[in-house]
Amino acid sequence: METKNIMIVGVGGQGSLLASKLLGHLLMSQGYDVKVSEVHGMSQRGGSVVTYVRYGDKVFSPVIDKGEADYIVSFEILEAARWLPFLKKDGQIVTNTQQIDPMPVITGAAEYPSDLVKKLKESGAKVDALDCLSLAEEAGSAKAVNIVLLGRLSHYFDLPEEAWMNSLQANVPEKFLEMNKKAFRLGKESGQ
Amino acid sequence: MIEPSDSAEALEFTKLAYEISEKFDTPVLLKMCTRVAHSQSLVETGDRNVPDFPYEKNIGKYVMMPGNAKKRHPIVEERTKKLIEYAENCPLNRVEMGGTEIGIITGSTSYQYVKEVFGDSVSVLKLGMTNPLPNKLIKDFAAKVDKLFVVEELDPIIENHVKALGLTVTGKDLLPVCDEFSQNLIAKAFGKDTAESYALEDVIPNRPPVMCAGCPHRGLFYTLKKNNCTVLGDIGCYTLGAVPPLGAIEMTLCMGASIGAVHGFNKVRGAESENKTVAVIGDSTFMHSGMTGLANVAYNQSNSTIVIVDNSITGMTGHQQNPTTGYNIKGDPAGKIDLEALCRAMGFERVRVVDPYNLDQCDKVLKEELAAAAPSVIISRRPCALLKYVKHNPPLSINRDKCVGCKSCMKIGCPAISMKDGKATIDNTLCVGCNVCSQLCPVSAFEGMVNKEDR
Repeated sequence: METKNIMIVGVGGQGSLLASKLLGHLLMSQGYDVKVSEVHGMSQRGGSVVTYVRYGDKVFSPVIDKGEADYIVSFEILEAARWLPFLKKDGQIVTNTQQIDPMPVITGAAEYPSDLVKKLKESGAKVDALDCLSLAEEAGSAKAVNIVLLGRLSHYFDLPEEAWMNSLQANVPEKFLEMNKKAFRLGKESGQ
Repeated sequence: MIEPSDSAEALEFTKLAYEISEKFDTPVLLKMCTRVAHSQSLVETGDRNVPDFPYEKNIGKYVMMPGNAKKRHPIVEERTKKLIEYAENCPLNRVEMGGTEIGIITGSTSYQYVKEVFGDSVSVLKLGMTNPLPNKLIKDFAAKVDKLFVVEELDPIIENHVKALGLTVTGKDLLPVCDEFSQNLIAKAFGKDTAESYALEDVIPNRPPVMCAGCPHRGLFYTLKKNNCTVLGDIGCYTLGAVPPLGAIEMTLCMGASIGAVHGFNKVRGAESENKTVAVIGDSTFMHSGMTGLANVAYNQSNSTIVIVDNSITGMTGHQQNPTTGYNIKGDPAGKIDLEALCRAMGFERVRVVDPYNLDQCDKVLKEELAAAAPSVIISRRPCALLKYVKHNPPLSINRDKCVGCKSCMKIGCPAISMKDGKATIDNTLCVGCNVCSQLCPVSAFEGMVNKEDR
């Protein structure tokens, strides 16, 4: 199988690391060769973060380059726009519609672009946008945005739900498992 | 020196490194480039093998006084010859013959990019051991291909060696000296097409990292900026004190350098500098390499002010314990070094402790210590807001009728505060009620503060 590419993008502190860990676990359990690579530097502190997940029969490069991502999973809409040039032609964006102002916007040095979901669609990209924060809160915790997004991503994968649930169980603490399962299902069943 | 190209090789090469070290009686360096260190791939786990090598007393070998060192030098030269022989035919270096029009010598993560771009369409000499280099293997490989290239990140180390062997090779003429490579970068350099994608017309604002909401460093840097200090910084989350709108730190070099720098500034520039220059260093960086500089200030007597920003953890790298926290790296109880007692023992008579959430106190103590005619240490102490045991206050809110939109509260660069329709607003998912912003408001528009006594 040709190597497939998933990019996970967001704002430091949103939980993208857990999402990539879970995806890595899932794909490994399906017998694929997997490579995961993270942004380096002060990635936790509210900065733009990106994680690359690549899988297939044999994966060489650990990074995803422009025009190569089969999926971009975005925790924040401006970050989906930032990484759009990395999407493969006919690739799929799965994005949270949440807006988080970056510091240059907060200080007034820059403007947050308007109508990004609409503009992303007009660019020709396939966009699945959903309000993950509300769904996560409905599941029981605003922190479950990452699991809502993975739930939605699972909609595009031909894998049994059991495999996803096993990886969820292996990567989240027992006491939050039920809440995260609910977040996963809410994500999977919403969207377009 | 050996260089793995992914996690699987990192494991395999580390085992080999021990074998080489024992076989040739040599230290071995395992060189991890940024990308290999920050990526993960599948590994085959195995049983841990801990051989028992007894220590033997050998003064001639282990005491490197000049007489012994002279006798060891020929042994080292002989060892290098043997290592070159080993490199010619060892599992670390391998030839992967494919198309012979192009031959590429590469290693580390660059090897992965080369394989990604070319697959088996070119021939590759993959070097896992980059010092010493295998001269015969390189020459033999060069003889089998039409055109020879070296693909390596940063300085042309392999390329220069290949040229010194008298071979014709292309490397840095084609590929950049700076920054990381990627598959697209290599594809373009070799004239291959790269994938098309999508684009937006909008300018996408940058999203630089910022101090978290409730970060204890924020109040301190606000105070330093307000007092127009020349701030010589160090390595940690607090290096973000250099970023707008705080923009307070104006020099950061390496761990511990802040204290040596403030000493140097004050020795050379005298009173003009003493009254406004401060070093800022975190608790764990201080334990790592701040004490030598502090001893220098105390011993050679410069009138310097050093701020230790003590957030009671190693924040930036992900909350590791350090010698001031009372716990070891595994979280078990350990020895605890008392910072105040340590500074006094090193000769500092002026050691002050402030709470960086209390701006008036920070301002008062900073002014006093800058003015004092003696070296001083200010410990700015409050645990990192992300620590699990830290209790947060409820988020604040803004009374929109009172807010005049003066942006005084925006001067601290808190990600929880932004302007909406000309008035400040608080993101209640981020705010932890630290109250630093409310101390800046001239019209008392902030509401929901918990009384200091209750904290």
